[in-house]
Parts: sequence; structure tokens; C-alpha cells
Amino acid sequence: MNHWKNFNKGFFKENAVFVLFLGLCPTLGVTTSAINGLGMGLATTFVLVMSNLVVSVVKSQIPDKVRIPSFIVIIASFVTMVELLMQAYVPALFEQLGLFIPLIVVNCLVLGRAEAFASKNNVVTSVIDGFGMGFGFAMALTILGGVREILGSGTIFGFDLHMFPLDADGNPITMIVFVLAPGAFIALGYLIVLINKINNKSVK
Amino acid sequence: MAKKESSFLNMVLTLFMVTLIASAALGYLYELTKGPIAASKLAKLNSAITQVVPEFDTIPGSEIYKMGVEGDTLVFYPAMKDSVLVGTAVSTFTNNGFSGYINLMVGFLPDGTIHNISVLEHKETPGLGDKMQKKKSKWSIQFNGKNPAEFKLKVTKDRGDVDAITASTISSRAYCEAVDRAYKAYMEGGKK
Repeated sequence: MNHWKNFNKGFFKENAVFVLFLGLCPTLGVTTSAINGLGMGLATTFVLVMSNLVVSVVKSQIPDKVRIPSFIVIIASFVTMVELLMQAYVPALFEQLGLFIPLIVVNCLVLGRAEAFASKNNVVTSVIDGFGMGFGFAMALTILGGVREILGSGTIFGFDLHMFPLDADGNPITMIVFVLAPGAFIALGYLIVLINKINNKSVK
Repeated sequence: MAKKESSFLNMVLTLFMVTLIASAALGYLYELTKGPIAASKLAKLNSAITQVVPEFDTIPGSEIYKMGVEGDTLVFYPAMKDSVLVGTAVSTFTNNGFSGYINLMVGFLPDGTIHNISVLEHKETPGLGDKMQKKKSKWSIQFNGKNPAEFKLKVTKDRGDVDAITASTISSRAYCEAVDRAYKAYMEGGKK
């Protein structure tokens, strides 16, 4: 498999969220705005790349029977690092994502790539795979967050789009359901339809 | 390189090495980020204090006192200008928000009038309850300059004087409760 194909599979063909349906818990939970989605996506990308890198380096040193606990320890360490670094340097974003950062540990996507890809491939391909899947995940979360932010708050990345009428207090009347949990499912459903359509077209 | 055999010794050694390296790396990073994390927390606290009390010349957070209420503590941050008390910021809370815990910083003038309020921490619904934040809506401005002695800190539905956030009566109620708790504590003995 060439590197470019390996990299871009994460965006459409094997997109973690839209096609593989992995890591849906943070996907639905944090994507109330585009910036949250992007932040979560990039944090996950960092963990994914680093864990893929380390796992592919040490894979021959780890006996088969203890590989899962070893991978989990490696992943958990990187997640804790992300958590500490975000707390120190981007406290505002950390506050928004809060609980979902430690939950990256149990994101099936990260362990899934370590187990299914990095433990069978060399370092370079594993890192490329990590970037591809991670950016694909970040893209999915940003799009989903963007859709929900536009419809639910009338803004995108915090910029007011002035697309909704104002109520008596001067607050925009938006489709609040999209910021709430049901809106996440509705928006995700339509996005999956869209991605499936694109993927089917490229097959034909 | 051949895969290592899953013998007992190999497994124990591998797990020991993995956890050892992981904990060493985390310990190092923890030491490295300890300073910046503490600094950013302090900066947030200071900016909240500065927002809610009138202009002052002491170092915010340099002088604090605490008071226990209902299983938790309220923290008081007095602010002085030319050695005269100009206001006190009170970090107060409620557990009755729509999604539980809400942490507010309420600034009182020496006579108990509310100067300003800032939300430190909340988990309220985006688009509804989170309008309690100043950057989201003008709702919380109605508290500014009111003295709870004559301004009843309850939503109009509960015969109070506070207009609730549309569709977020529970969040508004919790907000009022937290402010009321700060006011009572301040009047009872928080004043110094």
C-alpha cells in the first residue's frame, strides 16, 4: 500500500466516525461546537500517532499474551500527557472538553489502530496511519460540530452568522435541539448518509 | 525480530518495564506542567475577582478567609483600595443546577449590594442554561447593583424579583440559590 493511500483512507473510505463507527461516545458528546470538535479531534490525533509510533517500535518485544495491557498502558500514558499539557497551556479548551479527554483512553479507535495496524506494520506506515485516521477523526468531529453549532447557536467557530431572528432580549432564536444530545444523533445520521453517497459514487 | 515468547518471566518483565517507563515519563511531565497549571488556575481566579469587585490596589487572592456552610466552604476574597475595603468577592456554589454543580464568583460592596457576578464553572445545557454566562447573554446583568435586602433572590415564578432565563427556570433557580447563599454568609459573618 502506498503512503498516500494509507494516509487518505482515514478521511472517507475508512473514516472512523462515518464509516467504521468507532469512538462515537466523544463524537456525540463534545461536538456542540466546531472548535470543541477540532480540539477533541487533534487531541485524539496526538494520542493516536504517538501510540501507533510506540506500539510499532516495541511490538516485537511484547509477548502476545500481555500485548493488550501493554498497549493500554502506553495509550493511557499519552492521554494523561495530553490532559496535563492542555490543562497547562489551553485551559479554556480543556474546560470545555473536560471529562472527555481522559475518555480518549477507552476510545476504540485508538486501541483498534494499535492492535489492528501498528502491531503488524512498520514504524513509518503506522505513524502515517495514525495521522490519517486522526485527521479523519478530527475532520468528522469538526464537520459535525460545525453543523450543530450553525444550526444550534447560529455561529461558526464562535463567529456570529446573524442567520436567526432575535427575540425580545436580543438573543437569537436558534434550533436548540441541535446543541442537545438528540441533535447530535440527527446531524450524525444525515452526515453518514452524505458520506455514504460520496463513497458509493467513487466506487462506481 | 522474532516475537518474544509468552513465558511467565517475559510477561512479568515486559509489563514491569512498560509501566516503569510510562510512570517515569508521566512523573517528569507532571513536574514540568505543575507550574503552568497552577499559574493558569490563579490567573482565572484573579480575573474573576477583578471582574466582580470595584477597582482595587491589593493583589487579588493574597488575602482570603473561608467559611464552612452546608458541608462545603465558601471562600472570601476581600479587595482594598488605599487600605479601605471596597468590596469582597465570594466564591459560592450550588448543587441544584440542571446538571449539578455550579460555581459562581459574586462580588459584594461593603453594604451587601451585588456589584457583579461571574460564572467560574458550570455544566448547564448549551443554548439554554449557559445563558447565565455574561458572554452568552445579558441575563445576569439584572443582579448588578441590587441589594438582596430588598431584591428578592428568587425567580418570579417563586414570588421573587429575578426574571428567569427563558426555558431554563431550574438553572436560574440554582443561580439565585448560589447568590443567596453567598449573600447570607457574607452578611452573617463573612464581612470583615
